[in-house]
Amino acid sequence: MSEAHSDTFDLKDLYDEDIDPDPESRADRAKRFLEMNVVAPARIAADDWRALVGGAILAFFLLMGTVGVWLVERPTSGDAPVLAAPFESLAYPLGTDVFGQPIHAQLIHATPGMFKMIFAGAVVSVGFAALVGVVAGFEHGTRIDSFLMTVTDVVITIPGLPLIIVITAIFQPENPYIVGVFLGIDNWPGLARTVRSQVLSIREESYVEASEIMGIPLSSILRRDILSQLMPYVMINGALTSRRIIFESVGLYFLGILPFTTFNWGVMMNLAYEGNALTRPDMLPWMVAPMVCIFLLSFGLVLLSQGLDSLFNVRLRARHANTSKKGTSKNNQSQATGGD
Amino acid sequence: MTPKYLLKRLGQAILTFFVTMTVSFLLYQAMPGGPTEAMRSVILSQSGGSVDIDRLNRMIQLYTNVNPDQPMHVQYFNYASDVILRQDLGTSFFKNEEVTTLIMQRIPWSMFISVYALALGYSLSIFLGVMTAYREKSRFDSTVSSLIIGLNSIPYYIVGVVLIYFLAIQNNYFPTGGRIGSGIAAGYNPEFMLSLVQHAALPAISMGALATSGALAMRGNAVRVLGEDYIRVAQLRGLRETRIATQYLGHNSILPMYTQFMIGIAGVFSSAVIVEEVFAYPGMGLLMFEAVKTQDYPLLMGTLLVFTAISLTAIFIADLTYTLIDPRISVGEE
Repeated sequence: MSEAHSDTFDLKDLYDEDIDPDPESRADRAKRFLEMNVVAPARIAADDWRALVGGAILAFFLLMGTVGVWLVERPTSGDAPVLAAPFESLAYPLGTDVFGQPIHAQLIHATPGMFKMIFAGAVVSVGFAALVGVVAGFEHGTRIDSFLMTVTDVVITIPGLPLIIVITAIFQPENPYIVGVFLGIDNWPGLARTVRSQVLSIREESYVEASEIMGIPLSSILRRDILSQLMPYVMINGALTSRRIIFESVGLYFLGILPFTTFNWGVMMNLAYEGNALTRPDMLPWMVAPMVCIFLLSFGLVLLSQGLDSLFNVRLRARHANTSKKGTSKNNQSQATGGD
Repeated sequence: MTPKYLLKRLGQAILTFFVTMTVSFLLYQAMPGGPTEAMRSVILSQSGGSVDIDRLNRMIQLYTNVNPDQPMHVQYFNYASDVILRQDLGTSFFKNEEVTTLIMQRIPWSMFISVYALALGYSLSIFLGVMTAYREKSRFDSTVSSLIIGLNSIPYYIVGVVLIYFLAIQNNYFPTGGRIGSGIAAGYNPEFMLSLVQHAALPAISMGALATSGALAMRGNAVRVLGEDYIRVAQLRGLRETRIATQYLGHNSILPMYTQFMIGIAGVFSSAVIVEEVFAYPGMGLLMFEAVKTQDYPLLMGTLLVFTAISLTAIFIADLTYTLIDPRISVGEE
C-alpha cells in the first residue's frame, strides 16, 4: 500500500506515510479525528452506565466548584440561626452548624480547594510515575532501570501516611496545591511499576520491533507507539490516584493535622466530631453532609475509572466508530485481519 | 529455597530503612528556620527561662540526637549510629521519657488491631473475589461487586465513624473508644479478654475495610484463571466444586495479587494513625497524633521510623511465605 516516490526511499518517510496512506481533505481528516476521539468514546460512554454516572457526578462537583462558588455566598459566622435543622428553609437547605454557617455553602466553598489538591496530587504522582515507568521500561536491564526500580521499591514500602504526616507537621502547608503535591509523593510507585511492565510488553510487540529495525528515532517510537498505548492506564490510574488523594487529604484535615485555613470537608468533619456530633442529633447534618460529599466524589471517580477501562478498549472503540466503512482506515482493517 | 532472592529482599528492606532514617534527619534540617530556631520555642515552653544558644543546642542534642552545632556529616553520623547501634530515638519533649520506651508500650496494641485488620480484609477480599468470579454475571456477583465498589469509595475512617454511630452509640454493642473497659483487671480472665476484643473489633473492622480494596482485582484475576484449560479439565474430571474453587482457582489467582497484598501491608499499618484517633485507641498511631499536636518532634520522627521498621518486617515475613506459595520463585525472578 505504499508507493515509493523514487528508487531510493527513506524508511522514515515510509513510516510516516504508513500512518496516512492516501492524502485526504482536511475536512475528512477532521471528521475522522472527531469520529475516533469524540463521537465513538461518547457513544461507548453512553452505553457504559458507569462512565456516564461517574462523569455526571464529577461534572456536578466541578459545577459546584466553579458556578456554585459564584452563586452561593461565602458563609460567615452568624449568617443564620445556630444549628438549624435541614430541609426547612431555602436559605440553608442542609441546615447550619454551631456557628450559624449554612452547611451547603461550606460544602460548596470547600470544593475548589479539593479540586486544586486533587489536580496537583494527580499531576505530580501520575506524571512522575509515567516518567519513571517509561524510562525504566526503555532502559530495561541497564543500570538506570535497576536504580529507578530500587527507588520505586523503597518508596513503595515506606509507610506513606506517617511520612506525609511528618512532612505536613513540619511545613504546615496552607496552599491546596502544595498539599496536593505532598500527598502525591507516596502515590506514584505503584503506577510506575505498572507503566514499566506495560512498556516492556509493548516493546515486545512486533510493530514496535519493526519500527526499531527501520531505524525510527526513539522519540517517535515513544510518541507514536508507546504513549498512546499507555494513556488508558494513566487515565484509569489518574482517577484512582485522585480518590486516594481525597481520602488522605480529608483524613489529614479530619485529624486536624493540616492547618485550617479554608473550608474543607475534613475540617467540617473535624469540628463536628470534636463537638460530639455523633451523640447530638441536631449536629449530625454537619457531620454527615461532608461524608456524603466525599463518598459521592470518590464513587464517581471509581465508576469513571472502571468506565474508562472499557472506553479505552480499542476493539470496543473500533466497533463504535463509523470510520472503517469509507475505507479511509486501511490500517485498521489490515491490522485487524493481520492480528487474527 | 533461594537464599539469593531472600538476601536481595533483605537488602532492599535495610536500604529502605536507611532512606527513611536519612529523610527524617533531613526533615530536622529542613525545618523552617533550621532545627535550632524551629525547636527553640517548643523547648523553652517546656523548660522555661534561658535563651542561651549553647544550652539550647545541648538540649536539642539531648532530645533529638541531632546537634546543630556540629558539621552536617558528623551530625548525620551521630544520628544514624544512635538509631541503629543504640536503638536510641531521642527523648520526648513533653513526656520526658525515652521515645523508644513510649513507643514500645504502644506497639502491641497497634499490632493487635493491625494484624486482625489485615487478616480480616485480605481473607475477605480473596474469598469475595473468588466467589464473585466463580458465579460471574449472576445476581450474587453484581450485588457483591457493587457493594465492594461502594465500600471502596468510603474512606476507612468514615467507615469507622459510621460503625461507631450505629454499633456503639445507637446500639450499645461495642464501646465507642479506648482499648479496655475501666476497672477490669489485666490478666487471663474472660472479662478482660472479652473487653479487649470488644474494644479492638471496630478499629480492626474499619482498617480491614481498607484492605478489601483488592477484592475487585482478585475477581479480575480469578475470571482470567477460570478461562484456563486446567479448570475445565478439573470440572470434566468431576472434582468437587469447593476443591476447584479453592485449590485450582483460589491458589492460582492469588499469586499475581501477592505483591499487591504485600505492598498493602504498609498502607494498613499506617492507617492506624487516623483510625486510632477516631476510636481514641491508645496505640502507636495515637501517639504519633499526639506528637503532631504538641510539636513533639523526637517522638514524631521516632514513630515514623518505627512504623517503617514494622512495615518492613511484616513485608519481609510475607516475602518468606511467598517462596512457599509460588514454586516458580526458586527458578528465578520475573
